[in-house]
Formats: sequence, structure tokens, C-alpha cells
Amino acid sequence: MDELIILDGLTKRFGSLTAVDGISLTVEKGEVVGFLGPNGAGKSTTMKMAAGFLEPDSGTAEVCAYDVAQHPRRAKAHIGYMPEGAPCYGEMTPLAFLRFIAEVRGLKGSARREAIIRTVDATQLRGVLHQSIDTLSKGFKRRVGLAQAILHDPDVLILDEPTDGLDPNQKHHVRSLIKSMAKEKAIIVSTHILEEVDAVCTRAIVIDKGKIVADGTSRELKHRLDYNNAVAIRLNSEDLDRARAVLDALPSVGKTQILSRGKNKSRLRAMTVGRRQITADVIDALRSNGVQTDELFVEQGNLDDVFRQITTSDTGGANA
Amino acid sequence: MRNIWTIAKRELRSYFGTPIAYVFLAIFAALTGVFAFFIGTFFDRGEANLQPFFEYHPWLFLLLVPAIAMRLWSEERRSGTIELLMTLPITAGQAVLGKFVAGAIFLAIALILTMPIWISVNILGDPDNGVITASYVGSFLMSCVFLAIGSTISALTKNQVIAFVVAASVCFMFVLSGTQVVLNVFHDWLPEFLISAISSLSVLNHFENVTRGVFDATDIVFYLSMMAFWLFANTVAVRMKKAS
Repeated sequence: MDELIILDGLTKRFGSLTAVDGISLTVEKGEVVGFLGPNGAGKSTTMKMAAGFLEPDSGTAEVCAYDVAQHPRRAKAHIGYMPEGAPCYGEMTPLAFLRFIAEVRGLKGSARREAIIRTVDATQLRGVLHQSIDTLSKGFKRRVGLAQAILHDPDVLILDEPTDGLDPNQKHHVRSLIKSMAKEKAIIVSTHILEEVDAVCTRAIVIDKGKIVADGTSRELKHRLDYNNAVAIRLNSEDLDRARAVLDALPSVGKTQILSRGKNKSRLRAMTVGRRQITADVIDALRSNGVQTDELFVEQGNLDDVFRQITTSDTGGANA
Repeated sequence: MRNIWTIAKRELRSYFGTPIAYVFLAIFAALTGVFAFFIGTFFDRGEANLQPFFEYHPWLFLLLVPAIAMRLWSEERRSGTIELLMTLPITAGQAVLGKFVAGAIFLAIALILTMPIWISVNILGDPDNGVITASYVGSFLMSCVFLAIGSTISALTKNQVIAFVVAASVCFMFVLSGTQVVLNVFHDWLPEFLISAISSLSVLNHFENVTRGVFDATDIVFYLSMMAFWLFANTVAVRMKKAS
């Protein structure tokens, strides 16, 4: 039983607004799924339903074979959830707070002590254990919220924007923490930061207007870009027109674009047909026609462009 | 049961984690004294009982209990911690009861702190300690009813001030509904049984029975069923409003 999270047709309406519209997905043990999407796309609402905070209007969320709406307590026992903004009881110290969470989670005695020590080490909270959470910096607060979620070593982790507001070092630390736990758990992470998907996620799911519009690895998503695997070349401006003519004549090149035209140097892009690798063709063709290139690289595209392409066009993500 | 106690402990700690708890206890102790000695003419009566002390408890609780109930849920909703609480493996009912128990323990502490007056009256004279014990129990139960009302209303708003004002008003209605002022308003146009129903909903009437030394089962049933009703309403309110 490796499918730890199964969402099936999950739908949630707020008044006339359908915040989540029939989201279905499964997350297996060992997967880190990144939820991407514009603000208000339904990422948080989906996570809230998976974590048992909201009841879906229709559809089911299943965690470790327990229906979250039918057996909330059993399902919640398997879930570590960090809500958006990582809310914590501000007047408590991190230690008192983690003790409270441990107690609610049914950890007692030495098991509780060990869980707290392990978690405090993993989230690097040792220095602030006796300071009230209200007085902590945003980065520490976020880590307290994260500590609370991983305290009972849950099978399923649902983290709503875990790195939001952290500095680059803290981000790096949280990401490596997530990665280090990934093997044993099924993890869902929502984020605005697309580089995070490359850094921690095994799979990305783009949600827009309550629907899944794309689902795949970072590489698969980039493959959707028009210029994925296109070849960009920097060369002397005097060779530009000749190079363009050479490349246009190649059957594997779809069309060429002039990216920039300068006095000395210019840049040219050769688009592929069907996003195939065309590097070898391009290099051979240019060399045999005596065109010198300063630089040549294969464009992968970045997820930001994928994201924009998918979430701003209506046709972009018809079937993922 | 364990979950309820865990929640209660956390809530109690958070009461004492802020100055509000101490301010409340000090004000309560001071006001019960002021009311008993100055307004209630404790000494001039020349009687060894705590009637003038208990007589003002409904009015004190009216303002002070909403003050300790107001943050129970509205603060959770304002700060977003309700999302944390409701995704822990506990039920909404357990959370409601846990918070209620914490508030009740706090009120019990406040009442225990007034006990010097009980000791004094025993030194000065020979009071009926049975009546005083019953009055303490009655006072505690009454404050718990207010607490349940306050907690429910706190679950309906994110704003503590609104929670306080509305809860105090609702408690006020349940105190006033037994007075002649209110009953006279209804007298002309409501049938007799409805008027006695309104009157029997009054926290004040039941409390006066108790302080007179008449501790009837109906009074206890009244208090307990009021608490049960409001705590049930509280659970419903939490379930409905948690995400809004």
C-alpha cells in the first residue's frame, strides 16, 4: 500500500465560487508533490480538505486508507499538516508548544522526549526553546510550525508554503529537511517559488481555477514550452543572415528567431520541430558552412514560463 | 478524556501566560469585597452570613466571565491556530470541552481566592456553613453557564471585543429575564406559561434560591442543562465557523 494520499473528485464551493473543482490525484510513498498555481487557485483549499480541516462538498480524500471525512481522527493521526503562515500559539515557548502537540498526538514519556529532541534537532530550534514564539523571527516561527508537523513522524506531510518568508539559507535548510524525509513519506508542498519544484519535488501539479491543469515532473512540464530544446547561438553580426539561411534550410529546425541584433554580436534562436534534440544538426550545418559561433546552448526553458503559459491561456493545459 | 485535559492544560497555561489572568483575579477579589462591604453593607447587617457577598455575584460575573471567555475561540480564529487545532486528532467537541474546563478551573480559582471572607465570617460569628457551601457551588455553576455562553459567542467572531460585548448582553438577558421589569413587559400580551418559562430561564432566580439555602435539584438541572445546551451550540459554532 504505497498510495498514501488519494484525492478523488475533491470539490469545494464557497457560496457561488467553486474554489476546488474536482481534483483527483494520488501521491505515493517517496513522492514529493509540488502544488503550483496563482493565488486563489485552490491550492490551500485542497490541502485543507486533505488535512481534514475542511469537509469537501463532494469527492473524497483518503489518507493511509482512511477517508478523512469519515474517520477524521484516524486519518489525522497519520498526517502532519502545516497550515499557511504556520500559525502557532504565540504566548507559548517552542518547547511547551511541542510538548502540547506531542501530548495530543499521544506520545508519552521517553517516546515524547525522543520525538521532541529529534524534531528540535531537525528544525534547528535548540537555541530558542525557552523563548515565547511571539518574540521569534519569522524564520524561527516557520520552523516551529514545521516542527509541529513532523513531530509524530507522520506518513503523510502536507505543508502549505513551508519556505515562504525564509531567507536563502533557511530555505535551503527546509528543502534539504523535506528531501531527507521524502523517502519514507508522501509529501505535498505548495509553493509560489518555482525553483523549489526543481529543488525538492519529484512531481509538480499546476492548479488553476480549482482544476489541475498540468501534472508531471519538472522536465515534463518544461517540455510543454515552445522553445524547449531550442538552440540559442551567439555569433558575429555579419554572419547572422547567412547562419539564418543555413538553419532555415535544415529540416529539423522549425523556424528561426533573431533574439538580438547588435553592432558586433547578435543572437539567434533555432526552434525545433516537435521539441527534438537538434544540437548536433545545428552544429554540423553551421560548421560545414563556415559560420563561427561564440556560444551555443540548448534552451530548457524555466518553470516560470511554463507556469505563465499554462495559467494565462485557456487552452494551455487542456490535458496533462 | 485525555485530549480534553490536554487542551484544558494548554488553555490554562495560556491564561496565566498573559497578565490578563492576574488582572482578572485581582479585580474579582477586589470587587467582591467592595460589593460585600460597601454596597452590600456586610457589617451593618450584624448577621453572620455571606448573603451580601453572593448577592452581587451574578452582576460581577456578567461582566467578568465574558472577559475571560472572549478569547477562547476568537483568538484561535484570528491567529489561524484553529486550523492547527482542528487538524490534530481530536474532535471539535473535545476542543470545546477542553477550553470550557480550563475556563471553569480559572473561575474556581477566582472563587477560591475569595475564601478569606468565609473564614472571616466564621471568626466573627457562627454562620450556616452549609448555605455558604451551597452558595459557592451555585455561584460556580452560574459562572460556568456564563462561560459556556461566552465561549459559544467567542466562536462566532474573530473580534474579541465583539465577543465580549455580545456575550455580556446575552448573559444580561439571562439574568434580567427573571426580574419584574422584564416580566411586566411581557405580562399583558403573553400567556402565563410563557412568562413563567421566561422567568425560569433566569439565572438570577435559580441563584437566589441557592443563596437562600434552598438547593433544589431543579436548580442544578437548570444550570447543567444550560451548560450542555450552550456547549452543544459551541461545538456547532466551531464546526460551522472554523474556516470562515
